[in-house]
Amino acid sequence: MFKKKKANAPAVGAHRSKLITRPMRKMVWIFLIPTFLCFIIGFVWPFASGVYLSFCEFKLIREALFIPISKVKDVFVGFSNYVRALQDPSFRKAFFYTAEYAVASVLIINVISFFLAYLLTLKIKGSNIFRTVFFMPNLIGGIVLSYIWLLIFNGILIHYGTYLTENATFGFWGLIILMAWQQIGYMMIIYIAGFQSVSEEILEAARIDGATKWQTLFKVIVPNMMTTISVCMFLSLTNSFKLYDQNLALTAGAPVITTAEGTQIKMTEMLALNISSSFGKINAWAKGTAQAKAVIFFLLVAAISLIQLKVTRDKEVQQ
Amino acid sequence: MKKLLVLFLAVLMALSLTACSGGKDNEPTGETGKVYYLNFKPEADEAWQELAKKYTELTGVEVKVVTAASGNYETTLENELGKANPELTLFQLTNDGALAVYGDYCADWTGTAPYSEMTTHDFDLVKDGKTLGIGYCYECFGIIVNKKLLAEAGHDISEITNFETLKAVAEDIHSRAAELGFDAFTNAGLADSSSWRFSGHLITLPLHYEGVTAKGEIKGTYLNEFKNIWDLYLNNSATDPVANNTAGDEAEAEFGTGKAVFYQNGSWEYAALTGNYGMNPEDLQMIPIYCGHEGEEKAGLCSGSEAHWAISNLVSEADRNATIDFVNWVVTSDEGTTMMAEQFGPIPFKSAKEPANVFFAQANALLAQGNYNVSWAFNYTPAVNDFRAGLVTALRDYAQNGDWSVVETAFVSGWNNLYNQEAE
Repeated sequence: MFKKKKANAPAVGAHRSKLITRPMRKMVWIFLIPTFLCFIIGFVWPFASGVYLSFCEFKLIREALFIPISKVKDVFVGFSNYVRALQDPSFRKAFFYTAEYAVASVLIINVISFFLAYLLTLKIKGSNIFRTVFFMPNLIGGIVLSYIWLLIFNGILIHYGTYLTENATFGFWGLIILMAWQQIGYMMIIYIAGFQSVSEEILEAARIDGATKWQTLFKVIVPNMMTTISVCMFLSLTNSFKLYDQNLALTAGAPVITTAEGTQIKMTEMLALNISSSFGKINAWAKGTAQAKAVIFFLLVAAISLIQLKVTRDKEVQQ
Repeated sequence: MKKLLVLFLAVLMALSLTACSGGKDNEPTGETGKVYYLNFKPEADEAWQELAKKYTELTGVEVKVVTAASGNYETTLENELGKANPELTLFQLTNDGALAVYGDYCADWTGTAPYSEMTTHDFDLVKDGKTLGIGYCYECFGIIVNKKLLAEAGHDISEITNFETLKAVAEDIHSRAAELGFDAFTNAGLADSSSWRFSGHLITLPLHYEGVTAKGEIKGTYLNEFKNIWDLYLNNSATDPVANNTAGDEAEAEFGTGKAVFYQNGSWEYAALTGNYGMNPEDLQMIPIYCGHEGEEKAGLCSGSEAHWAISNLVSEADRNATIDFVNWVVTSDEGTTMMAEQFGPIPFKSAKEPANVFFAQANALLAQGNYNVSWAFNYTPAVNDFRAGLVTALRDYAQNGDWSVVETAFVSGWNNLYNQEAE
């Protein structure tokens, strides 16, 4: 009986035939190989060697990586790189600066892009043009964008006898404006998709029940869009923590204040920039310590994202 | 179709496997070595490639020249040396800091043919009695003067013999700038593309006079002289000192188009000034940077080198010898010395050719008169990028608030702190 039914519906059933599925199941690994190879070359290998190097003292990678196992003990220094990384005041400073920046930018970017998306789903004339225009900044690379914005900022500030790298506050807000300008369009597109996925029936029901526009927005639309919101928060939060090129091109850490004891504090240096600049030091431990910082950085970004994802997921409404 | 796909994947896999083992086939075979040069001046890339081709035609020795992208030299070098089977044979050490990091991978030049061809070993990088880098070219910097404009302002270059006289001339021109149509100094911009002229080069004066000849702590005894010259730059240009954030090409354009008489920069500017701006070489003269130091009437230009050839000790002896032969050919042959004179100016080798660049002749003339060379003591700056960034912030602060102690702190305490961090 079962078999007969299958034979009656060849369009659905033919590819389920064991004659076809068995060789496919057998050969499935072959189809996975290219992606798997790419994953190993592009992620697993660099990541694993990075973690390994964070426990070593080395000047050139070859001295720690391509050596017989019996020689590993000569370069292996245990957790001392991690101790040094965590004791480095510039790393801690960069962490708090990055955290401050992340809070401000996540809030600003998401609030603005949410309302832009809301406006653009209201069936205004020319909303497609607006969408395209708002999305465009996202297509320009970070370094180029930062140089353009640096010119704009300095062009304005020069009228007040100052410039961007003069003042750490300018640098901070400069970065926020730059990133908001670049990312709002992108987040907006995701939010628009979210708005459009809220079903017409629910909205109609809300209308019939006499909900005001604001009530509909906050009590009906937002709860139904939690998936979208969590995606956007997730993206903008990790983007803030990983920020590098914009930071490098806009301020490169300047201004660099020297304390009376001679300690230099880079006022606008974020985590990624701090890591890359600590690679350049000439001390024997510098490279290993920078590598340790990179691993800490990875764990930090991963942890934040996971927590954030869990928190927003819990708020999601099942439809 | 599926067979095709499987075939494709199998080929892909085979390729990736051979790619992994590819490195091992390149082991040096037989007696003839190979030369692999990592060049760090993108503008000289073409000339190097041509020279390499010519050498291969003449001798049959393979010469590979790779030029690191601008600003990526150190990273490229690190990657090349860090490979499992490093093939790089010849590269550059820029300064003492590079010597500290890469010195362990360099072979000693002493006793080689190019070493004995050199006319001076002043620019060499030496560690533990071994010459690991030979200074193959040098550059000089000072204050470039537009003599034609100076004459229009009613002054002559012979008037300027020390800081007092330089100041008098500059202030006179600045006060009459509106009437003359040009100013004394080009702007002393602190944007990244310009600030290295001061945070990198100008600091050599107080360091040289303090007698800095190795890495170590400094006292900053002559910082007031640094202030003298910096104030002179700031107060005698067309730019408002407070909003002093202009880029390097703006200062160059000011000088090139005859808007300023004095311009602090180096011999490398010759091509841009005579080429892009069409200035007459006869109007150009580079004078020492005067800053009010006692006896500075006998000062010369600031000459030094950031270009030192180093031979890798990670390659086979055949490769090393091939590289030494190649370098020797570059500094002795007609083709080699012509290229070096065109691209790098004067080179301290016996068969060097006279370059067209007038600044070098002026530097040598001063030395011939018995003036002293102002050394590139800034080569001993600890954590160069950090130090410069700190000093630039302080110089900006000074321009805004007029408090010089900020600069003193950034200069002396900043330097000493960075030095101690490196020595840790």
